Amino acid sequence: MTASRKLSEIAKTIRSKNAGVDKITFDIIFPDRATYDLVRDSGVLSRASVCWIFGIDTAQITDHVEFDPALAIKFTIYRRMPSGSPGDADIFGSQQYGPLLDLEVLGD
Amino acid sequence: MPASIQHRRSVNHTLRIVCPNGHLGFAPIKTGSFRIGCQSEPDLICADSGSCDVGPVPLGSDTSSSPRQWQVDDLETMLLASRRLGVPMIVGSAGDTGSNSRVDLFVGIIRELAKKHGLARFRIGYFYSEVSKDALRRSIPGGDTIAGLDGRPPLDLATLDATERVVAMAGIHPYIKLLDAGADVIIGGRSSDCAIFAAPAIRRGFPEGLAYFYGKVLECASFCAEPYGGKESVLGEITMDDVKITALLPEQRCTIASVAGHAMYERANPFFEHFLGGHIDMSRCHYEQYDERTVRVTGPKYVPAAELRVKLEGAGKIGERYVGIVGVRDPYTIAHINLVTAWARQQAAERFGDSGYELHFTIYGRNAILGDREPLKATPAHELGIVVQGVAPTKAMAEEVCMIATRQMFYARLPQVKGTAGGVAFLLDEVMPASPAYRWTLNHTMRLDDPLELFPTFITEAGI
Repeated sequence: MTASRKLSEIAKTIRSKNAGVDKITFDIIFPDRATYDLVRDSGVLSRASVCWIFGIDTAQITDHVEFDPALAIKFTIYRRMPSGSPGDADIFGSQQYGPLLDLEVLGD
Repeated sequence: MPASIQHRRSVNHTLRIVCPNGHLGFAPIKTGSFRIGCQSEPDLICADSGSCDVGPVPLGSDTSSSPRQWQVDDLETMLLASRRLGVPMIVGSAGDTGSNSRVDLFVGIIRELAKKHGLARFRIGYFYSEVSKDALRRSIPGGDTIAGLDGRPPLDLATLDATERVVAMAGIHPYIKLLDAGADVIIGGRSSDCAIFAAPAIRRGFPEGLAYFYGKVLECASFCAEPYGGKESVLGEITMDDVKITALLPEQRCTIASVAGHAMYERANPFFEHFLGGHIDMSRCHYEQYDERTVRVTGPKYVPAAELRVKLEGAGKIGERYVGIVGVRDPYTIAHINLVTAWARQQAAERFGDSGYELHFTIYGRNAILGDREPLKATPAHELGIVVQGVAPTKAMAEEVCMIATRQMFYARLPQVKGTAGGVAFLLDEVMPASPAYRWTLNHTMRLDDPLELFPTFITEAGI
């Protein structure tokens, strides 16, 4: 039987932050290699999934990397508008990760 | 395990730096761990004070987002330690933006502090980073493209005209020049975070790859340690072969995960860090736990740039700004909130036309923070908070635009609404003046012949 768990239950850190004034970068960091591999292989954070979650086009993703030393999956997307423009309600880009928390990851 | 670097300097040729704050002035230094750092034989005390994270308003309006008293307090903490220990102190990107007025502000504060504490005479070195719009204007028709970063088009004259102020991002060069001139305290204009720490290391002959990495890992102070806790000091040590970084707050540690995790913080890509003169490639970095609270890193590679290109940041004013706040509790109104905001827009348009001002509705409880990217935007909460921003050329017009939109939401005409005594709830029956609205107009790069050409350096003295 395959149980599923939420990403927020198995990741150590899930965060977003400006990367310059035109991009927001997301870091999802795992506590151990097994969890990192599990999520990586599950595809829930693949480029296609990221596009689906945020309803964006793949051209909006500027970087998508697996960063082994930190056991992290990291991706970066263009902002809707430069940080701090009137109408931007997240000047630091620090609350954009919300939709990632409830992603379901199938267990082994 | 070897003895902690906190208590014992490596036998090799080393340079030790304490970093007390990742954004000096923005939130106060925690002095307990800084005191421990001062007892750990630092050769320098360095901190970055700038960030484009604060948005375009401070650069555009030439202000700081940090309160002056916090800037004074942090500079006082650093200055007194630096003079007592007889080691240089470096602050980069003064006053959040690194504009000329912010450099002057910090130099002035250092002078006042020297006087207040009767400090013995010392040398202040400082440099400016602002670029005149005229200089940029001349270079555009000259064929030197001012290239856009992150998908922006090359700079055109219209965008330049709409720009209030431009700063260039200095590399290590002005810092090295000022250290060579014997500066005891350096106040830098806008500069790459890592350059503040890399400059003294490169000047002393340490390899560039390690030196820039040293800066990259130190610049946010305790953000490279765990558990999470900002504004605590960290200590770094560079040798010819490695960089070591240790947490100074007794409750914190630097771990492979925390240091590697920090290497990717607020950067689009964890493998590359760009600055004036080149970049470092961190894809072959090796991280090891050196002692319980210290991580040792080897392997970052310096890649010099084929052409010197400096990063430019610029902000331009859009207009004066007023803000109004309303709430909605009626489920029918919540379901039709777009009709309410459309009504409010229409009322503003009847008074002022369709252009020449901006209206923004930020709808908390639906999709304020993610906008169209919010997956749950179709299922709003049981109550909404709506922030209305009116932006216009004059304060009077901005106030009226904002007031029309805010108040007309109260009178919005929804066909089947039960409540006919007011469509929204007012927190305040007024609109409030806010900072003028600005936008980032420049996120570009420009070719330079000399890495110092935009960054004039000065030496002055303070103390008695």
